[in-house]
Parts: sequence; C-alpha cells; structure tokens
Amino acid sequence: MKRITQNILAAGIVCMIALQACAGDTAQVKNKTTLQGDNAGLKLPDGFDAIVVAENLGRARHIVVNSNGDIYVKLERLKDGKGILRLRDADGDGKAEQITAFGNYPGTGIAIKNGYLYASSNSGIYRYKLNEKNEVANVDKPENIVKDLADHGEHNAKSITLDNAGNIYVNIGAFSNACQVQNRTKGSPGQDPCPILDVAGGIWQFKADQLNQSYPQGVRYCTGIRNTVGITWNEQANELYAMQHGRDDLHRLFDSLYTEQQNAELPAEEMFLVKKGSNFGWPYCYYDQIQHKKLLGPEYGGNGKDEGRCAGFDKPIYAFPGHLAPNALLFYTGNKFPEKYKNGAFIAFHGSWNRAPEPQAGYFVVFLPFKNGLPDGTWEVFADGFAGSEQDRASGKAKYRPCGLAQGPDGSIYVSDDNAGNIWKISYKGK
Amino acid sequence: MINRICFLSILLGLFFVSISAGLQQKKPSPVVMERGKKVYEKECLGCHQADGAGTPRMNPPLIKTKWVIGPKEQLIKVVMKGITDPLTIGDDEYYNPMPAHTYMTDQDISDVLTYVRNSFGNKASAVTVNDVKAVRAKLK
Ligand code: HEC
Repeated sequence: MKRITQNILAAGIVCMIALQACAGDTAQVKNKTTLQGDNAGLKLPDGFDAIVVAENLGRARHIVVNSNGDIYVKLERLKDGKGILRLRDADGDGKAEQITAFGNYPGTGIAIKNGYLYASSNSGIYRYKLNEKNEVANVDKPENIVKDLADHGEHNAKSITLDNAGNIYVNIGAFSNACQVQNRTKGSPGQDPCPILDVAGGIWQFKADQLNQSYPQGVRYCTGIRNTVGITWNEQANELYAMQHGRDDLHRLFDSLYTEQQNAELPAEEMFLVKKGSNFGWPYCYYDQIQHKKLLGPEYGGNGKDEGRCAGFDKPIYAFPGHLAPNALLFYTGNKFPEKYKNGAFIAFHGSWNRAPEPQAGYFVVFLPFKNGLPDGTWEVFADGFAGSEQDRASGKAKYRPCGLAQGPDGSIYVSDDNAGNIWKISYKGK
Repeated sequence: MINRICFLSILLGLFFVSISAGLQQKKPSPVVMERGKKVYEKECLGCHQADGAGTPRMNPPLIKTKWVIGPKEQLIKVVMKGITDPLTIGDDEYYNPMPAHTYMTDQDISDVLTYVRNSFGNKASAVTVNDVKAVRAKLK
C-alpha cells in the first residue's frame, strides 16, 4: 500500500515540476516584456520616459553618475566578493552592457567629488582617485579616510555627501528605535539622556582628504536624528539637507495612546535643513504632521498631545506621511526637465513595513518643488509602479524598492532598486 | 489528459499523506487558534506581518524556520528573552532586534506559539501553558 502511495505521489510530483517549469518560463518572458515596454513598467508624468539601464545587480543601494556617464553602484551585500559596480553603456543604446566590480566591503554610500570616488562600508569611508581617463585608478587600494564608526546592524547605512569646502558628511544612524533601555520592548523606559547620541543618532563631518579619521577627528555636525539614509549637499543653498526615517511602533508599544490607523500615519518622515549644531530631538520627540508639532515621545512621558521640552528642538522644513522610508534625496540641477523641477527635490521612498495591519505605502519617487532652498508647494508622486500591483504595495511585497537617486550629465535622473537590483534612467522627451 | 492524470494522482497522494499526518499530529482546537491569532495581531504582526513572511533585512519570516517548527523550549526562549544579534536565515540577514516578551502571560505565549506553529504553512505540535511555565522557571 505504502509503495502504491509513493508511486502515485512521485508521478504527481514529476507532473507538477514539469508544469511549473513551463509556467516559470512564460512568467519570465512576460516579466521581460513589461520592463522593456512603455517606461519600463513605471508610471511617470506626461513627457517623461524611462528605460532599464541594468537588471538583477543585487542590493543596489546608492548610485552616482560620473561626468562621462559611468554609473557607480554601491551594493549592500557583496556579489562575487565585490561591493561596488561600475556600469558603462559603451554603445550608446541606453543599456549598460559593460559591468565591472571592485571593493570588498558591503555598504550604502557613494559619491564623486573633485576627482575622487567616495564609497562607504557600514563603519567607514574609502576613496579612490579617478585618473586622466576619468576611471578609478587603483581599484584595490582605496584610501581609508574614516573608520570605526558605530555599526550595530540596525540603521547602519552610512550615507555620504560632500560640500564645497573639503568636507564629507556621514549619517550615523541610531542603533535603536527610541533609545529605550531595551530596544523596541514594551514597557521599557526611554533613556534620558540617551547615550547613543554620543556616537550615533546624528550626521558627522570629516575632512574629505585625510586618512584614518574617526570620532576624535570628526565633528558631530548635527544630532537628535534617528536615521537619515537620504542626505545631500544642496549646491544652490550651499547647505546640508537630510530625510529622516521616523520612529516605529507607536501603537504596538503604546496601544492606549495610539490607534492602528494613527500608527500607520505617525510620526512624519521629516525633511531637515541641517545647520551646524542643529538638534532635531530624537529620541525624546517626534513630529506629528497632522498637529504640525514636535511632540514628546511616549517613552519620555508624552501622550500624543504634549510638546513638553520638544518645542525647543529644530523643526523639519517639510513633513511626509509616516513610515514611507526616504532612502535618497536629490536636488535637480539639470536643464532638461521642465522649469518647475529646477532645484526641486526628488525623494526615493523605499516603502513601509511598520504600517501593518493597515496597508503598506510608499515604494515610489516623489517630487517636492523648492524655491530659495525651501519647499514651495506640496509633494507629488513622480515615478510609481515599482511595487507592482496595488495589492503588492499594500502587503509590502513590492517587486522593486527605490533606494538611490542620481543625476546624469545629460540631465536625466537614475533610480536604483535594492530588491531586484534594477537601475532605471528617467528622461524628459517633451509632450 | 496528462494534466488530468497529474491532478488525480496529486489529489490521491495528498489524501494519503494527510491521513498519515493526521495520525501523527492533532490539529489544535479552533478556540486556541482564534485566541492565538488575537495575541499574534497584538504582539507580533507589526514586525512579522499578517502572513508571517516578515520584512526584508529587518524582521525574519515565521515560516518553517528552525526556531518556529523546532524544539518548543528554544522557541519559547526566543519569544521571552528576544534576540539582539543579527541573525541569518538562508542567505538573508536580519538586523532589527527581536524584543523580549517576558511581560506576556503563559497562556498568551502558549496560544500565540501554537497559532504560529500551525499557521503560515507551518505544522508542528501545540505549545502548552506547562511548556511555557517550565521555560520561565529556568530563565528566572
Ligand atoms: C519589534 C519587532 C518584533 C516583534 C514585535 C516580534 N518580533 Fe520576532 N523577531 C524580530 C526580529 C527583528 C527577529 C530577528 C532578530 C535578530 O536578527 O536578532 C525576530 C526573530 C523571531 C524568531 C526567530 C527567527 C525566525 O524567524 O524564526 C521567532 C520565532 C520570532 N521572532 C517570533 C515572534 C513572535 C511569536 C512574536 C510575538 C509574540 C514576535 N516574534 C514579535 C522582530 C519582532
């Protein structure tokens, strides 16, 4: 009897595998055609179009485009032992057919400034000289300019940006949600003062050209930040801007103060204009974009209404809905997009998880108009369709998750995705 | 035609498999499963999500992992004490911490773990209040 069962089962399994193999093939073909179709699967405003420059690169975090069009991609997980990719489109068809890899450390940050390529691991920063051919001169011997920064897993992405005075800025995310004695644990009180702020929870400034710097050589440029994966130097304003990931779990940790619906929207994802010495109030405060106030966090005695000591901290210059996870910030300085985009902000929202059981949101690139270095208008979705279907978005099972943004020398912008590892190029073709 | 034979043989196979599985393992009662689901929604869903699939890089899935369907004592310990070191499942690392849940009652922990061990495609024995009590006594 057992034998018969086994045989029947075996036959069934063989059939199943055969059927699945076929089904798998068609799915793949379909997938390819959607990517090659209109705007490579993205929804864009009229007049824009998108192509996929490269696919399946791995965990493509931040990206930068060199003046010769080469794209550098920082990988959060090594691929064949390498953590930086250079993509080149030699034949000019828009697809990067030449891919080379170097760098033996995973990480998020990447930037180009004054003839150097800068890249970060989860605990330091390296730089590579670009030679007369505008290529990395020595892929195996970068200069280690910053090292031994806090890396405790949580919020360890060391995003970087450079100013015009020889400084590099690095996000050192707080390795905590709200600095409770026991992280993310119900009933555990908030530490006051929060010791994490000594080594993280801020943006640090270092010299772009000095080797082996760490905390003693750096300046804590601003503090009271939970995690700002998207940071950038704004050339027009000549100031630092950053997008913060707001705290999680207001409802799970304090269900008598916050409903599930409030937990989905609160707190805001804040946009900061960062000055030297700014303090944005994490972990003691969070920003409520509905009441337009910095409120006292519940771990520090807050009740969803009281400002307490938070009135004294620096405010955001703009506030987005909760948990959308802004992972990149880019000010558009090109001349190829319509006038309203000039000097405005593009923000890549990686997408939420902490909105559950409410539907998840985000997984798009947003545009926010700017004037004289400040937001001037309301945000709109610029590029959408990364998630797949609305159901994929709501369940958080997004196909692609926008993570990096870069502007190309031809005035187009690039978007990276760290889920499948795709890079899109978005250009303006006119109406 | 081949499709139909396939289908029938799969059905038949599944039938025998489920009979033999049924002999080994009693399904937990719907009452316990319903209670466990409520606890799950309150204590676990925010991180591990409604379908137990977790969220990439942060919160691991509760689907057939060695913790979920493995020895009960280890699972109870994970929920009570939490885990702070990043953990790897398959190729994927998870960076957020799993908080301690010592404040949960023995009843709630047994219900939620019985629910988790028999949801999201998992099938494993129920966790009793006595199982939880025994682990709590050891942790003290
Ligand atoms: C604040 C988010 C959070 C909550 C709430 C939470 N977990 Fe976890 N859980 C995690 C994280 C993160 C890990 C991985 C820990 C690590 O990598 O150090 C984990 C790991 C686990 C593991 C072991 C790994 C695996 O995937 O099998 C189990 C089992 C588990 N959790 C069950 C539960 C149960 C049951 C509950 C509810 C009682 C719960 N968790 C509540 C975040 C959470």
